[in-house]
Amino acid sequence: MEMGWRWDFAYEILPKMLLATFNTIIAAGVGYAIALVVGLFFLLGQRTPFKIINFINREIVEFIRSTPLLIQLFFVYFVLPQFGITLSAWVCGMMTIGLHFGTYLSEVYRGALEGVSKTQWEACRALNFSTIYTYRRIVLPQAFPIAIPGMGNYLLGIFKDTPLLSTIGVAELFHAATAVGGYNYRYLEPYTMVGIIFLILSVPAAMWVRKLERTVNVAQGKTKQ
Amino acid sequence: MSYFAFLAEHGSTLLLGTVTTLKVLICSMILYVIISMIFGLMRLSKNLVIQGIATVYIEFFRGTSLLVQLFWVYYVLPFFGLSLEAFVAGVMALGMNFGAYGAEIVRGGILAVPKGQWEAAHALNFSSAKRIKRIIIPQIFPIILPPAANLTVELLKATALVALVTVVDLTFEAKQINAITWLSAQCFGTALLIYYIIARFGLVPFLRWLEILAARKVGRGKA
Repeated sequence: MEMGWRWDFAYEILPKMLLATFNTIIAAGVGYAIALVVGLFFLLGQRTPFKIINFINREIVEFIRSTPLLIQLFFVYFVLPQFGITLSAWVCGMMTIGLHFGTYLSEVYRGALEGVSKTQWEACRALNFSTIYTYRRIVLPQAFPIAIPGMGNYLLGIFKDTPLLSTIGVAELFHAATAVGGYNYRYLEPYTMVGIIFLILSVPAAMWVRKLERTVNVAQGKTKQ
Repeated sequence: MSYFAFLAEHGSTLLLGTVTTLKVLICSMILYVIISMIFGLMRLSKNLVIQGIATVYIEFFRGTSLLVQLFWVYYVLPFFGLSLEAFVAGVMALGMNFGAYGAEIVRGGILAVPKGQWEAAHALNFSSAKRIKRIIIPQIFPIILPPAANLTVELLKATALVALVTVVDLTFEAKQINAITWLSAQCFGTALLIYYIIARFGLVPFLRWLEILAARKVGRGKA
């Protein structure tokens, strides 16, 4: 077996890898969309006035957050069929990622809502605004910018965790690299290319999120320009 | 097969796996703390070369996926004549990846020490090494420990990935038992529970204790 980097092999597998990159981006996007919605449900559970629901909600969030995503994937993928629910690897993966990161996003939402000053609520009450109106016109427009950096970070987090989906057979970038590597018995080029593709996509995205964070901090008056 | 029968038959295997998971956790924790300290300080160096090396390291490890790094260390390094044992490869990848995240925390912690402390140390004619070692480092612990605690729980969760490069840890054992018995709910459920118990009743209280200790050391805690 030839040692060292082989450009011809790298060119040969490049189209396959780029196609799989597309799948990775879709997986990250769909997983993120689900997580955004799931996060809202956990947020609701946290803010309802019923103590018992708060408690159950908190325990569920704690449990999901302190166990590995990998085993959660296995759990959903292998256990649901035992109850007669057979889902494709894609659906299982998206659901699990959505649930896992939904717990993180609910914390981002909570932090953002608590970041809105209490006096805003008091002012709205003094003006006799309804709760819905207060949320829609006063609180959410102020909370949203605070949540943006956290939300951006978790989009990146999901993107970087999509390779885990390959363990249950979702055909994303890492899965393609393993398949190509196994078929040709050369792992150097495929895995290195995966690393480079990840870098190309996530480093600019991370910079953009950091820039957003700075902009938000300035707008909030936390730091000077 | 009842759950207790399952535990009686496979409990000891899962426990053995748990021991390996804990070993991976402790080793990679030590490695990541050392790397974060070194690169966090390098990141703040005035020397542009040192600062550049640290920045590239941090961006590289934060920009790619941990699983990719793990597989790269285990499957690609042998192409360059460096074959590592699975356990060593796992600990190295975990330590280097989390070290990059930790370095950013350390950097933030150092920047958060009030400027007056630096100036006072300067006024007292401390050398720059002594200033860092005696004045700044002791003060950063109360600042960096809360985010570091979050990171360490993430590390515990990430140790599950080493099973994919054939380290026989809790995840690996759970997968094996699943492949033999097809009792998926029992074996993955038990594995999830064990991870949860380690995090909730072991790691988190330990890190809280460290936080209290650090706060007390600089006279901020309740005696």
